Amino acid sequence: MVNLREIKGRINSTKSTRQITKAMQMVSSSKLRRAEQNAKAYVPYMEKIQDVVGAIATGTKDSGHPMLTARPVKKTAYLVIGSDRGLAGAYNSSILRQVQRTINERHKSKDEYVILAVGRVVRDYFVKRDHNVVSSVVALPDQPTFADIKEIARNAVGMFIDGTYDELYMYYNHFVSAIQNDVTEKKLLPLTDIAPANTSASYEFEPSGEAILEVLLPQYAESLVYGAILDGKASEHASRMTAMKSATDNASDLISDLSLQYNRARQAAITQEITEIVGGAAALE
Amino acid sequence: MKTVTVNIVTPDGPVYDSEVTMVIAKTTSGEIGVLAGHIPMVAPLAIGAVKLKKEDGSTELVAVSGGFIEVRPEKISILAPSAEAATDIDLTRAKEALTRAEGRIQKKQDSIDFQRAELALKRALNRINVREGNM
Repeated sequence: MVNLREIKGRINSTKSTRQITKAMQMVSSSKLRRAEQNAKAYVPYMEKIQDVVGAIATGTKDSGHPMLTARPVKKTAYLVIGSDRGLAGAYNSSILRQVQRTINERHKSKDEYVILAVGRVVRDYFVKRDHNVVSSVVALPDQPTFADIKEIARNAVGMFIDGTYDELYMYYNHFVSAIQNDVTEKKLLPLTDIAPANTSASYEFEPSGEAILEVLLPQYAESLVYGAILDGKASEHASRMTAMKSATDNASDLISDLSLQYNRARQAAITQEITEIVGGAAALE
Repeated sequence: MKTVTVNIVTPDGPVYDSEVTMVIAKTTSGEIGVLAGHIPMVAPLAIGAVKLKKEDGSTELVAVSGGFIEVRPEKISILAPSAEAATDIDLTRAKEALTRAEGRIQKKQDSIDFQRAELALKRALNRINVREGNM
C-alpha cells in the first residue's frame, strides 16, 4: 500500500512550488508589459535616426567613413544578448546553440573571433568554453535605459573603429508575441545595408557631411544595440512568463493526479480497516 | 508669427513635442537660431541648452547631451542620447554628478578617464544651468 503521509507531503510541496511559479509568472507578465512600453517609446527615435542616416549616407556617397566601408575580415565579433538568470525556458539555450553552430561553421580557430556578452548566462557559457570574451555586461536592470547600455554599445563600436575586429554581428531574441520569439542574427558593422531615405529632401550640412557622419554613425550603431537589447528584454520576460505558466500548469496536473492517488489510498485503508474489524468480530462468534 | 513643430526624442522616449516660433540650439560650430520655413539642414549638437520660443513670448529650456538637430521647413527634430526639460531635472542629482565629476578630474587619471569626467562635468553643469534658468 502506498504511504498516505508520503503522498500528502508531495502534494504540499508541489503546491508550494506552484505558488512560486505562479508568482514568477505574474511578475514576468507585468515586466513584459513595461518592456513592451519601452520598446514602443524607442520606435520614434529609431525611425527618425534611420531616416537621417539614410538621407546623409545616400547624399554623401563614398564618404569613405570607416564605419561604412567593408574591409577584409581578419577577425569577427559576436555580440550575444542573453539574460542574467535562467528559468526562462529555451531563451538562453536557443541563442547559445545558434551562436555556437555559426561559430563552428565559420571559424577554424579561436583567434578568428571574439565575443561580447550581455547577460551572466551568456558570459559564463563562453568563458567556460575558453572563447575570447572581450567585453561583457551583467546585471542589467529589467527596464534598461540608454545610459545603462551605453558602455557596452560604445565599446562595441569603438573596437570596430580601432580595428580590434572587422565585422560585428549581433544575436538576440526578437520578440514576436508573448509565446513566440525568434533568434535573430543582424550584421551591425560595417553599416553596409543602410536603407536609402524615402524623403527627397536634400539637406544642408553644418559644418559638413563628413563631420556629421562622425557624430551620427556611432550614435546610430549604439542605438541599434540598444534596440536589440530592448527587444531581447521583452523576449526574456515573455519566455519566462510562458515557461512559468507551463510550470504552473504542470504542477496543477501533478497535484490533481496525486490527490486522486491520495484519496484512493485513503479509501483502501478504510476498507481494509473495516474488513479487519468485521473479520475480527466474526472470529469471536 | 509662423510656428513650427519641434520634436525632441531620445532612445528612452519622446521628451518634448510642441509648436514654437523659434529654436535656438548650440551646435558644435556655434549657436544657431531656426525659424519656421528654414531650408533642410542637419547639424551635430554640443552639450548645452535648447531654447524654445513659444508664440506667447515665453521661453522653454531643454538640456541635451549631444546628438543632432534635423531641420525641415515644417518640422524640427532633435535626436539626443539624453534630454531633459527644465522642469524634469532633479537638481540634487545633477549637483551630486557635478561633485563626482569634479572629484574625478582632481585625481587626473589616464587621458580617457579624464575626457569622460570632463564630459560628465559639462553635462552636469548644463543640467544645473538649465534647471536654474540662467542661460
